[in-house]
Amino acid sequence: MKRRITFARVMLPVVIMASGMQLAAADGEGLQVPKVVEAGSALSIPTHAAAKGVLYIVSPAQVLRRNVEPGESVAIEPGDLHNAGHYLALLVSQGTTDKAEFDVVAARQPASVNFLAKPSRLPVSRPDGISGVAYVFDVFRNLVLEPMPVSFQLSDSAGGTQTRSVTTHNGVAWAKMNSAPKAGAAQFQVSVGSVAEKRVVQQVPGDPCNLKMSGQRSGQRMILETAPVRDCSGNAVSDGTIVTFTQSYNGRSEATVDVPLKRDVASTELPARDGSVISVATGVVLGNEIRVGEQR
Amino acid sequence: MKTSIPLFMRRPGKLFPLAWAIVGGLLLSGFAQPTVRVEADAVGPRSLEDQTRTAVVRDYLQSWKSMSAALQDNRADLLDAFYLGLAKEKLAEAVREQQELGIRTNYRDLSHHLKIVFYSPEGLSVQLLDTVEYNMQIVDHDQVLAPQHVRARYVAVLTPTEVRWKVRVFQAQPD
Repeated sequence: MKRRITFARVMLPVVIMASGMQLAAADGEGLQVPKVVEAGSALSIPTHAAAKGVLYIVSPAQVLRRNVEPGESVAIEPGDLHNAGHYLALLVSQGTTDKAEFDVVAARQPASVNFLAKPSRLPVSRPDGISGVAYVFDVFRNLVLEPMPVSFQLSDSAGGTQTRSVTTHNGVAWAKMNSAPKAGAAQFQVSVGSVAEKRVVQQVPGDPCNLKMSGQRSGQRMILETAPVRDCSGNAVSDGTIVTFTQSYNGRSEATVDVPLKRDVASTELPARDGSVISVATGVVLGNEIRVGEQR
Repeated sequence: MKTSIPLFMRRPGKLFPLAWAIVGGLLLSGFAQPTVRVEADAVGPRSLEDQTRTAVVRDYLQSWKSMSAALQDNRADLLDAFYLGLAKEKLAEAVREQQELGIRTNYRDLSHHLKIVFYSPEGLSVQLLDTVEYNMQIVDHDQVLAPQHVRARYVAVLTPTEVRWKVRVFQAQPD
């Protein structure tokens, strides 16, 4: 017995491959199974078997095996066949095989949604900057392939709301949203039927829009400070953003100081050398210049 | 891992002719790789580069081999390389059911007609439809049933991982 099993195990794929596409059909075609069955529903399969047999219900998604008594139907209990897929039912009895093919489809009622919102953090005022993708599943975690209405809603901290209504196609729906002009956390929600999923998208200030500094002489030092740095929508640029102060004399750079923004402003001190020019910049934004000596 | 030497190798006198007949049939059948046709004309919303499409198709086709091996040997670990998430859980469940029933199944894919239909905006999922033809054979303990020819339509969702695209959703739908 052990040898026979070993032989079957080794040779099975070879036999199948060797048999090519023209395989022998099943002996009979008399098994009556509905063409489409909803996942998890009960099913009765009349067999008309004249003798004892075995019914196999097989797919890569699920495998069932039932012993069959002569003339009896096979009852598949609710929940037994719950994975969506294309199934082959084979009734083997007295050397003959009856077969049927049928599909188990997802229940129409959505039970969960896989929601991917990207990115989790982005600058304000980006058109189509936020994307949401939703895959809809039933209670047995089968992808619901029937079209379903899905609603995407993005609510920002200022009370603004964007909504997109989309119908799923092959179980998936997607939408793109604009980031709001005001910085802050936005709630990105997808809902289908009574199921909803929420993600938080952090909308951060954009790049500085302009930069202005003022300077005050204090003995041999120049005390420099920027005005509060804001993006083009008026949001305070994030603390930690680097502001660079550069001092040059006769066109030659003499000192450079990188200062992170703290409470919206950057400040530093440089030598008060008369005739030198102090400039300020952050990112691609250039600020004003101060000529030392003109403050006297 | 338990391995066994095929019987015809241990006792070549008895089974040698049969083995050669099978190998001959194998050669005549072209030791066929599945025929593959790919359509990726209407993919969106993200544009699909040729290199990405090639990788997705290659890894999806490999996933069939992985599934076939897992269901033939009743080894869920063979799914690890090409499946994750729901697809892996459901296939592993089928392997477990086969183990409990003493059944093994062999799937041999013959042809794939692939349509890549969705590439998500952020590039983290690809969905494809596959009209596939395959042969399936059940071995119930030592009883080998006649092979069956099946045509089915699958929906698959793949996501990128460190080294390859893996199948996250794998589900047949009515054709």
